[in-house]
Amino acid sequence: MMGTVIPMDGVRSQSGRSRPGKVGLWVFLAVVTMLFTLLLFAYLMRMQFADWRALPLPWQLWLSTVLLAASSTALFIAHRCVQRGRWREVRAFVLAGGACAAAFVAGQLWAWQQLAEQHYLVAGNPANSFFYLLTGLHGLHVLGGLIGLALTMARLRRGSEQAGGYVQLCARYWHFLFAVWLVLFTVMGTVTPALARSICGGLLS
Amino acid sequence: MALAIALVLIVVAAVLFHVMSPWWLTPLASNWGQIDFTLAITIVITGVVFIIINLFVAYAVIRYRHHSGQRAAYQPENKKLESWLIGITTVGIVAMLAPGLLVYAKLINPPDNALVLEVVGQQWQWSFRFPGKDGQLGSSGVEHINAGNPFGLNPLDPRGQDDVLVQGNEVHLPLGRPVKVLLRSKDVLHDFYVQPFRARMNLVPGMVTHFWFTPTKVGRFEILCAQLCGVGHYNMRGMVVVEDEAAFQRWFASQPTFHQTMTTSAKTMGGEALVKQGAMLAQSQGCFACHSTDGSARVGPTWKGLYGKTETFSDETTAKVDEAYLHHFIRNPTAKVPKGYPPIMPKFDLSDQQLAALVAYIESLGKGKDAVAQK
Amino acid sequence: MAYSHGDGHHPPQSFWTRYVWSQDHKVISIQYTITAIVIGLVGLVLSNLMRLQLGFPGLVPFIDPAHYYQFVTMHGMIMVIYLLTALFLGGFGNYLIPLMVGARDMVFPFLNMLSYWVYLLAVLVLVASFFTPGGPTGAGWTLYPPQAILPGTPGDGAGIILMLVSLLIFIVAATMGGLNYVTTVLQARTEGMTLMRLPLTVWGIFMATILALLAFPALFVSGVMMLLDKTLGTSFFMPALMSLGQALGYKGGSPLLFQHLFWFFGHPEVYIVALPAFGIVSDLISTHARKNIFGYRLMVWAIVAIGVLSVVVWAHHMFVSGMNPYFGFFFATTTLIIAIPTAIKVYNWVLTLWRGNIHLTVPMLFAIGFISMFAIGGLTGLFLGNVSVDIPLSNTYFVVAHFHMVMGVAPILVVFGGIYHWFPKVTGRMLNDTLGQLHFWITFIGTYLIYFPMHYLGFLGMPRRYYAYENYQFIPPSAQVLNEFITVVALIVGVAQFLFVFNLAWSVFKGRAASSNPWGGTTLEWQTPDTPPVHGNWGETLPVVYRWAYEYSVPGEARDFVPQNLAPEGEGEGE
Repeated sequence: MMGTVIPMDGVRSQSGRSRPGKVGLWVFLAVVTMLFTLLLFAYLMRMQFADWRALPLPWQLWLSTVLLAASSTALFIAHRCVQRGRWREVRAFVLAGGACAAAFVAGQLWAWQQLAEQHYLVAGNPANSFFYLLTGLHGLHVLGGLIGLALTMARLRRGSEQAGGYVQLCARYWHFLFAVWLVLFTVMGTVTPALARSICGGLLS
Repeated sequence: MALAIALVLIVVAAVLFHVMSPWWLTPLASNWGQIDFTLAITIVITGVVFIIINLFVAYAVIRYRHHSGQRAAYQPENKKLESWLIGITTVGIVAMLAPGLLVYAKLINPPDNALVLEVVGQQWQWSFRFPGKDGQLGSSGVEHINAGNPFGLNPLDPRGQDDVLVQGNEVHLPLGRPVKVLLRSKDVLHDFYVQPFRARMNLVPGMVTHFWFTPTKVGRFEILCAQLCGVGHYNMRGMVVVEDEAAFQRWFASQPTFHQTMTTSAKTMGGEALVKQGAMLAQSQGCFACHSTDGSARVGPTWKGLYGKTETFSDETTAKVDEAYLHHFIRNPTAKVPKGYPPIMPKFDLSDQQLAALVAYIESLGKGKDAVAQK
Repeated sequence: MAYSHGDGHHPPQSFWTRYVWSQDHKVISIQYTITAIVIGLVGLVLSNLMRLQLGFPGLVPFIDPAHYYQFVTMHGMIMVIYLLTALFLGGFGNYLIPLMVGARDMVFPFLNMLSYWVYLLAVLVLVASFFTPGGPTGAGWTLYPPQAILPGTPGDGAGIILMLVSLLIFIVAATMGGLNYVTTVLQARTEGMTLMRLPLTVWGIFMATILALLAFPALFVSGVMMLLDKTLGTSFFMPALMSLGQALGYKGGSPLLFQHLFWFFGHPEVYIVALPAFGIVSDLISTHARKNIFGYRLMVWAIVAIGVLSVVVWAHHMFVSGMNPYFGFFFATTTLIIAIPTAIKVYNWVLTLWRGNIHLTVPMLFAIGFISMFAIGGLTGLFLGNVSVDIPLSNTYFVVAHFHMVMGVAPILVVFGGIYHWFPKVTGRMLNDTLGQLHFWITFIGTYLIYFPMHYLGFLGMPRRYYAYENYQFIPPSAQVLNEFITVVALIVGVAQFLFVFNLAWSVFKGRAASSNPWGGTTLEWQTPDTPPVHGNWGETLPVVYRWAYEYSVPGEARDFVPQNLAPEGEGEGE
C-alpha cells in the first residue's frame, strides 16, 4: 500500500469492484422501481372499486413511446461509440438522445392537453387521477435525467476523462426509464378491474 | 453496582406492581374469555423472559464488573448454546401464537343466527339500526343523507322501510344472543370500542366492516371511539345496555322505524315539538361534540345560558345572542368568531324550518330555563 | 507521497466551505446531529405540554383540544422522522461509516452535502406549519385520511399541506443520503475490510439504510396521493362522505389503501430506527465489557433477517382496521417469527456481558439500560403482534407504552450512549462524567416510571389520543392519580435532557482533553492519526484491515484489545 495513489473518493482499481457511480445508480434504480411498483399496486387496488371508469388512452402516447425508444437507442449507440473512442459521434448521439427525450416529455404533455380538452380532468375519475400521476412522476424522472444528460454533455465538450463513464450511466438510466414506461403503458392499456381483482383482490375488503 | 441493584429493584417493583395494580382489564362481559386466556399466557411467558433477562444482566454486572487484573473471556461463538436458545424461543413463540390464532379463527366467523346490529359513526356520535321484521337491512348511502334522513337510508328500498332506527348514543342488546355488528361511518375513521366485550372494529367510510360477540352480562357498558377522528374524538361517547330478552323487546318496540321517522319529520311543528325537533337535530348533526348543554367547556361555547347573553368576539366587538344573531351565526359560522374559540365551526345544510327548530332548542337552554331537554 | 483529490475535491479553505457548505462527512454529520437535536427538543417540549394536559387537565388554559392534537401529532412526527431517522442515518451513519470502513469520505460528497441542506429545508417547512393560520396538522402522526384533510381536524388547511410537503422533501434528503451510505459500504471499504469484518454498527446502519431506501417510496407515494386529494380533489383515498353535515365531492376512494401504503413504510421505519441502535449498542457493549461480541455471524444474519421480515409484517398495525380478516393469520405469524432474530440479538448482548470485564462507564450504563428497556418493549410487542391479543389492546395506552419503550426510549438511550462514546473522537474532549451519570439515572429510571405503569392503563382500556377522560365510568379516579404521577416524572425527565444539552455545549469547550482512543476500541475510527480526524481521515495512506472488529481480551496478547488495522506478527509493519 505504501506510496499508492488513492483517489479521494476511496475507489480503488481492484478487480471485481465497479465504480461507485454504477453501484449508486443501481441502488437508485431499485428505489425508483420500488416507487413505481407501489404506485402500480395502488393502481390495481384502487381500480377494483365501482367508480373506476377507464379513460381512452390518447394516440399521442404511441408517438411518445416511439420517441423514448429512439432516445434510449441513441444513448445505447452513444455508449458504444464511447467504447470505440469516437467522441464526435458520442456527442451527436447524446444530443439526439436528449432531443428525443425532450420530445417525449412534449408528447406526454400533448397527450395531457388532448385529455383535458375531452374533459378527462385529474379529479374526474380515479382512472384519470392515476393516469396523470403515473405519467407525471415518470415525466419528472425523465426531466431529472435530462439534467444529468446536460451535465454529461458539458463534460463531453470539456473533454473530461470521466465523461465516457457518465454516458454509460445515462444510457443505463434511459433504458430503465423506457422499461418503466413500457410497463406503465402496458398496465394502463391492458389491465381491467377484473384482472386486477385476480392479481391482488381482497387486500382492501 | 448501583445498576445491578436498580435492575433487581425494577424486577421486584414490576412484579409487585403487576400483582397489586388496581388498573386491570375490566371484567369480561362477552363470550371472548379465550382472548383473556391468550393474554394470560402471553403475560406469563413474556413476564418470565423479562425477569430472567434483567436478573441475568444484574448478575453479570455484579459478577464480571471490572477490577484490576481482570480479563474477559474470549469466546466468539457457541453454536450449541445458540441453537438451544433459538429452539426455546421458537417453542415460546408457538405457545403464544397457536392459541391466539385459534381464537382468531372463531373471532372472524360470526354464527348464522346472530342478531344484526348496525353501528353508524359520525363526528362525534353514534347511532344504531336494527333490521325490522323482514330480517334485512335496507341499502344506504351517503348521497341519501339529509337532516330528515340522518342514516342515509335509501328511501326507495322496501327492505329498509321497517328498519328500526336508534337516534342517540344508547343502544340496547339482549343477553346471551350472538350479535353480528356491522359498522359504517358517514365521515372519517372511528372505532367501536367497548372494552368489556374485548372484540372491536374500525368504522371506515366507504365500506362496511363487521365483528361479533355474545353479551354475557347484564349492565351498562360505555362505548368509546378508539380511532382518532378529529377534535371531538375524546367526547364521542355511547352506551350499550345489555338486558334480558323481555326488557330488550320492550325497548326495541318503542324505537321508530325508518318509515315512521320519514313521515313525522315532514310535519311542521310548533312550541314544545319544535324544541324537541331541535334537540334531535342537534344530536344528528353532531353539535354536542363541540357544544355542551350543561355549562362544561368543549371546543365551542356551551349552550347553557348562551341565549340572551352578550358575546364578545375575537375582534373585541360584542353582540347580544338572540334569535336573529343565532340565525345569522349558524348560517355564517366563521364570519365572526367568539373570543377564545377556534374558527372551526362548519356550515350546516339546514332548511329554514330546521334552523328555527335548532334556535328554539338553544333558546330553551338559555337563562333560567336550564331544566329543559337536558341530554 | 500525497493522495490525490480526484475530481476537483479539495480540502476546504474558508470558514464557509469548512463549516457551512462542507462536503466533509464529519462536518455534515455534526450539522445533521445538531439540527436533529434542536428539532428533537421541540418534540420533547410538545410531549411535556401534552403530558401536562393529561396529568392536570385544564391547568394550562391554552392547551385546548385542537392544540392538544397538534402537539400529539407533531411530537410523534418529529421524534420518529426528524429526530431518530435523521440522527441515526444522517448523524451516526455519516460520521461512522467512512471512518469504520476505512474510507476518506462518502463516495458522493456533494450529494451528501445536498442531503443535509434538503433535510434542513424539510425541517424548516415543518416548523413553518406551526405559524400558518390554523396551525400544524392535528391528524395524528399516521395522518389517516379522510380525517387528516377534513375540517374537524386541526390544521386541515395549510398545516396538513406543509406537513406532506415537508415529508416529501425529507424523503428526497433521505434518499440522497441513503444512496451514499449504501454505496460507500459496498464500494469504499479499505483493503482487508470484508463484509464479515464490518463492525455491527455499520451493519445496522447499512441494513437500516436499505430499508429506508425501499420503504420511503411508500410514504412518498401515499404523501403525493393525499396531497392531490387535498389540493386537486382527486379521490385516491377519499370515499363519498359527509363532513360535519356537508357533502363533499369525493367519491369511491379507499382509506384502507392509504393505511396499507403508510404501514408498508411505517413498519420498516421502526427498524430503520431500531437496526442502527442494535448495531451501535453491540459495539458499545463489546468495547466496554472488553469482550468480543458473542455470536457475531448470527448477529449479522439476525440483522439481515429482521430487515427482510420487516417488509412483510406491516398489516399488524391494521388488525382492527377492517381489512380482509384472513390477513390476520398471515401477519400475526410473520410478526411473531420476527421475534426470533430479535430475541437472538438480546441473548447475544447479554451473553457478551457474561464472563466479560465490565467497565460501567456512562456509555455502558446507557447500553445496559437499553437492553432492559428494549427487552420489555420487545416483549410487549408479542401482545400486539398476536392478532387476538391485539384486538382489546389496540389504540390504548398499552400501545403507547409499547412503542415508546421499544422505538422511542430504547433507541434514544443508544443515541445518548453513542454520543458519550464517540464524543471524544468527534471533539477531542470528554463529556463530563458526573453530568452523564446524572443524566443516565434520571432518564433510565424516569422512563421506566413513565411507561411501565402506562401498560396497565392500556389493560384497563384507556384509549390513546384522548384530550380528557372526564366522566367515563369505567375509568377509576385512581387512573387520574397515576396520570398525574406520570406527568410529574415526564416533566423531570424532560428537564433532565437539558442537562445533556448543557453537557454537550460545555464539554466542547471545557471538557477534559481526550486521548485518541480513550475506551481502547478496536475499530478503525479509533485508529485515525489525528483526533478529531482531519479532512481525508487517514493522512497519507489508508489503513489496511487484518482482523475482525472484536479482538478484545485475546488470550496471549499483552493489551486487552487488538486494533483491526494492526498487522499480525510476521507480516511486517502494519501500514
